[in-house]
Amino acid sequence: MSVAPSAPPVLRMTGVSKSFGATRALDDVTFELGRGEVHALIGENGAGKSTMMKILSGAIPPDAGRMEIDGRPYAPAGPGDGLRSGVSMIYQELNLAPHLTVEENIMLGREVHAAGWLDRGTMRRRVREVLELVRHPEISPGVPVGRLSVGARQLVEIARALLGKARILVMDEPTSSLSQEDSLRLFEIIRGLQGQDVSIVYISHFLEEVQRVADTYTVLRDGRSVGSGRMADARFEDLIQLMVGQKFTELFPRVEHAVGAPVLTLDGLKGRGMASPVGMSLARGEILGVAGLIGSGRTELLRTIFGLDAVEGGTVVVSGTELAGKRPWTRIRSGLGLLSEDRQGEGLALGLSVADNMTLSDLAPYRRRGLLGLRRQRQAVADWIGKLKIKAKGPAQKVLDLSGGNQQKVALARLLHQKASVLLLDEPTRGIDVVSKSQIYEWIGGLAREGKAVLFVSSYLPELLGICDRIAVFHRGALVASRPASAWDAAGLMAAATVGRTSQEIPIEQRNAE
Amino acid sequence: MSRHSRARIGKALNIFGPFIGLLLVIALFSLIPEVQGRFLRAANFKSVATQSVIVALGALGMTLIIIAGGIDLSAASNIALASVITAYAVNAGAAPLVAVLLGVLTGGLVGLVNGGLVTRLRLVPFIVTMGMMGIARGAAKWIAGNQKIDAPMTWINELMAKSPRPSWLLLAPGIWIVILFAVAMAVLLKYTVFGRHVFAVGSNEATARLCGVRTDRAKVLIYAIAGLFCGLSGVMEFSRLTVGDPTVAVGLELDIIAAVVIGGGSLSGGEGSILGTMVGVLIMSFLRNGCTMMGWPNYIQEIIIGAIIIVAVTLDRLRHR
Repeated sequence: MSVAPSAPPVLRMTGVSKSFGATRALDDVTFELGRGEVHALIGENGAGKSTMMKILSGAIPPDAGRMEIDGRPYAPAGPGDGLRSGVSMIYQELNLAPHLTVEENIMLGREVHAAGWLDRGTMRRRVREVLELVRHPEISPGVPVGRLSVGARQLVEIARALLGKARILVMDEPTSSLSQEDSLRLFEIIRGLQGQDVSIVYISHFLEEVQRVADTYTVLRDGRSVGSGRMADARFEDLIQLMVGQKFTELFPRVEHAVGAPVLTLDGLKGRGMASPVGMSLARGEILGVAGLIGSGRTELLRTIFGLDAVEGGTVVVSGTELAGKRPWTRIRSGLGLLSEDRQGEGLALGLSVADNMTLSDLAPYRRRGLLGLRRQRQAVADWIGKLKIKAKGPAQKVLDLSGGNQQKVALARLLHQKASVLLLDEPTRGIDVVSKSQIYEWIGGLAREGKAVLFVSSYLPELLGICDRIAVFHRGALVASRPASAWDAAGLMAAATVGRTSQEIPIEQRNAE
Repeated sequence: MSRHSRARIGKALNIFGPFIGLLLVIALFSLIPEVQGRFLRAANFKSVATQSVIVALGALGMTLIIIAGGIDLSAASNIALASVITAYAVNAGAAPLVAVLLGVLTGGLVGLVNGGLVTRLRLVPFIVTMGMMGIARGAAKWIAGNQKIDAPMTWINELMAKSPRPSWLLLAPGIWIVILFAVAMAVLLKYTVFGRHVFAVGSNEATARLCGVRTDRAKVLIYAIAGLFCGLSGVMEFSRLTVGDPTVAVGLELDIIAAVVIGGGSLSGGEGSILGTMVGVLIMSFLRNGCTMMGWPNYIQEIIIGAIIIVAVTLDRLRHR
């Protein structure tokens, strides 16, 4: 996979600049991509990665600068030009039509036809060819895309990009919705493509992943290229420092906190998507991590505790009282709060203001004689915005206009505002920048110090190991093990999550077999 | 233009956008010499306002429903049913107040059933209310024996009188009722917990549920309130016609929806305002009035109003950019 230094680059972008109104999104950026190279483009949200890739694909024109493909000038007038020049994009948000089948989606806009009549045989053959590359048990040409899991849909998206005989493939956060298994498969696909001399620009937040898959890197910050080189020579800390632009001491700030008496006790709790009843207990001031693959029942556990999914059996006891009501509004009154893993679809009402989103779960403090005191509400929200360092113009700003990290802070602030004593957090740091992540870890620690209990579901093992007191692992809808965080390591967690047993329980011969 | 000043202009457009449309319509007819004299008169404005009462009452409830992300196609049938019930009661010798209450409650009941079906059966509001459109219209014809119900004159018929008694009222009692309820609904939407919940359900129902909003209860209440307004609108229809006519107001639900949409309501929910809706009602009424004065045939009015709806929604889209 080494890149011959003498080989001319496939793509060269020189002095590319782009402004939107007063904002300078890209400032004199230079970028080179070698043949068969996987080049990681990293940077915080808003650093200019997406703008740069939109320019490359032809979706928007640059204000200044030149692009060359194979030494020939490349000035696409639109995404169609980009595709014809062999530049194919795989966007982070899925662009598939859910009612159409896998085959129809892959061939969409590129149907093979004679005088308008579809040539189904040829199309089926070409679809099979590309599906062979991404191979996934769920995916076959005739299945409607809406019935596939999110991970499988991402792979269909990738298959679609492969169809165009792409020479330059741009992947924007391709693993953000993939399970560990599917991610590994994706890396294999990338290796295969490299072998066929396809060059890949790989945009990602996950530095561990980038280090694993990329040969070279370029770091963008505030629209400028602040560093690039060979991945093998770069240290993790250096990359973070380049991205953040300041000395970044600790990703997981340790906040001292003491574990107290039990506050949440689950006994035989069962709900949809949970294969067997769960019994566990969470104490005041405790951060309990929950690991597991996507679909292992960890999200369902949180939703059942909160009453969002139907409770099929068992009890939830908070501070010694068994909860009678089974709907979210009763559970909120009992001191529970849930942060949804789906920030945009469920967690936030994007069209409403920061103030409305933050206070929706507890408007009572602002109500007097049936009427809301809007000024008091605004004032309280302004205080929270300041206290939590949320980058927003004010309480009236629409949540839609905030960055991902700041949106997530608003969603978390809602739980603080409603004074939840037990916080059920589902992937609280998914898809947000490193600085916001670190701030959120610090808050969680601070909450534990105040005596709140935190149930913390995550797919990102380093953060579980970094901030939790105890970690429980789910596998196929059942709780496998729960131990102090110090008794786990990443490999042990991964093994428990994928095999469903902790490493000590796996007989030696079987471990070798796997 | 800087981003900031553009945002400010956008905000101003948001608030004043519908008013600009209304002023344009009024200015347009004021400039046409043939109708100028008759159009720009207090008496004409009064008659336009009176003609707006029925659509306006229906639109108050529809605003609530549309903000919450729903739709009510049964509104006009519901109005006809309520007018028939009111006439039936008056004819049967009930006290006028009782007849009015019966009419209003009939509307409320239809709304309640709409809300119940939407939340219990988990059907989309479009389907439920399309079914109810037929059911309510059929029920109205059945009760009325497929003809108009005559009723003796009572004070109900003065609700829509162009020259009200006592004369210090200046405007028909129906107009005052609309103004009163419009203010009440605007306050309800902006300053109550229920109002916040209406917006939240329309903007993102999953978020509302996550935040402990009892979304089903809120929706039933929303449809029931809208039904009550249809009932009141039906009473006004009876007041105007002095008979209970089961075939009245056919297609009026589209005028009601159009008024909400022209006033900035979004059919995908989460947006809309009472003030905007009321302006939307007036825009349509003034257009009708002006066209009639010009002697333009009905089909011209229909074409113009159709075009206005498309233009209004396009402008709405632009100012959200």
